[in-house]
Amino acid sequence: MNDYFRKYKNLMMLTVFIGATIIALIPLFGVLGYVVKNGLSALNLQFFVNLPKAMGLPGGGMANAIAGTLIMVLIASALGIPIGILAAIYLTEYDRHSWLSTAVRFATDVLTGIPSIIVGIVIYTAVVLKMGNFSALAGGLSLAVIMIPLIIRSTEEMLKLVSHSIREAGFALGISKAKTILKIVLPTAAKGIITGAMLAVARVAGETAPLLFTALGNQYWSRSLNEPTASLPVQIFQYATSPYKEWHQLAWAGSLVLILMVITLNLVARYAFRSKSI
Amino acid sequence: MSKKRILTTSMGDQTLRLLTLLMAVSVLVLMAWMGWQMFDAARPSIQKFGLSFITNRVWDPVKEQFGALPFIYGTLVTSLLALLLAAPIGLGVAIFLNEMAESKFRAVVGFLVEMLAAIPSVVYGLWGIFVLAPWLRETVEPGLAKWLGFIPLFQGTPVGFGMLAGGLILAVMILPTIAAISREVMAAVPNMQREAALALGATKWEMIRVAVLPYAKSGIMGGIMLGLGRALGETMAVTMVIGNRPDILPSLFAPAYSMAAVIANEFTEATYDLYLSALVEIGLILFGITLVLNFFARLLVWSVARGPKGGNVV
Repeated sequence: MNDYFRKYKNLMMLTVFIGATIIALIPLFGVLGYVVKNGLSALNLQFFVNLPKAMGLPGGGMANAIAGTLIMVLIASALGIPIGILAAIYLTEYDRHSWLSTAVRFATDVLTGIPSIIVGIVIYTAVVLKMGNFSALAGGLSLAVIMIPLIIRSTEEMLKLVSHSIREAGFALGISKAKTILKIVLPTAAKGIITGAMLAVARVAGETAPLLFTALGNQYWSRSLNEPTASLPVQIFQYATSPYKEWHQLAWAGSLVLILMVITLNLVARYAFRSKSI
Repeated sequence: MSKKRILTTSMGDQTLRLLTLLMAVSVLVLMAWMGWQMFDAARPSIQKFGLSFITNRVWDPVKEQFGALPFIYGTLVTSLLALLLAAPIGLGVAIFLNEMAESKFRAVVGFLVEMLAAIPSVVYGLWGIFVLAPWLRETVEPGLAKWLGFIPLFQGTPVGFGMLAGGLILAVMILPTIAAISREVMAAVPNMQREAALALGATKWEMIRVAVLPYAKSGIMGGIMLGLGRALGETMAVTMVIGNRPDILPSLFAPAYSMAAVIANEFTEATYDLYLSALVEIGLILFGITLVLNFFARLLVWSVARGPKGGNVV
């Protein structure tokens, strides 16, 4: 094989990889472009303060859906973040190598791959059927289930980066293990843990499937956590698949708001809280 | 230090230890509980239909006929199509980012590719309905029918909403997973390998081919399997573009249905227990498939990049 051929082949393959990268990015700009273009033209103040209007009427908004999403994400975070962080502490601080922690780690990885609609089914049969109604609580719970493995993974990684000498310094001062973990190890890894938590929040904020039969949706304000609750993704889904032009417009506007939320969370998590020190 | 102080600190230690242990174990419990819940709810359907549930191609809730075959078919065809498109492109992206790009460029492009994974599924679906499906109907499908129409896959009326649309949108959605994991396992290839290949006079592509890819092979396979797992369970975007018709047709243009989509569409409309139970059984099958797939995929990825290393694995 001569050198000329090899160099030619090298160039060709490298071009192929660059081409693949360009192809991969086309849909990103395609989706973002359309969402921004169609969303901006439909977005106005009414969108943020009004309730949905009846079919075909202009001027409806998604105020209740935005509020619903915030509430359910809050419930999910209140449950998922502490549980995830505590489990991660066990995996790094108490028991790194036993069969139990390997099993937990493996289950965590596998859980992140379970389709989110499965979580919806499980919460429906376990919570909605038992309580007798759809609710923000059930919706928040299903988002929490999706969040937990994500939080465990990211927190564990951050805790592993904390150097052993910091822990040993704590022990050497006679500080108890619990205090060393809570007062020294966690704060050291705090930035990374917050980053992971924000990414997990961004991920569940856009989830639709698990909310379909847990929170269901609502055309009005929900007065308690125990009522069917609207959410931005479910509302977008319902409007997008409806036959009305006005609703399609609202779906684009909703998508723009949702994407802005998710991308802002991603950017803030990555750049504001990123630390290279640990 | 007084005796009391020692006692309380050790109690605090014990409490935190137990609490964290409990939370860690809860993950295992959660997984087992999810499986049990679904099995329990699917039991009436399992008892009634047995194996015929997955071989029967008729889905007619009005006549209490429940066969999941059309949904299994739709899910498999769209997922395989997605894999066919996304695996080579995702691998190409990973090679570009890991082996070729300058570090600044790498950060930007890497971030953009990750953003593909951050866009919510329902937004892809919306885009699919109003942009992708019309484009397929008017441009792509007539073109494919004209040039490749002798293959049954590309015959029939161009509808836009169908398995081709589903497969394409899934390809976009699983690409970041495949790229991220391939990148992670390629980053785990020791630099010595690369240097050795270069020292022998290999070109960059030869280095990638002989030193990087073989080493990362099983991990890349794992990444592709994880991508497949995502495609199988992806719900919203597919529901919005696949056409939602429980038929088994060879043409990629034809409307079809997927397992996740039928659950999403019919779950709240299931008017009697057996209907609901049949839908849960579809969910249970999906759960089983993704569980097994993820299990083996993780084994493969772990075998290359061991354990919880390298972060944003989706």
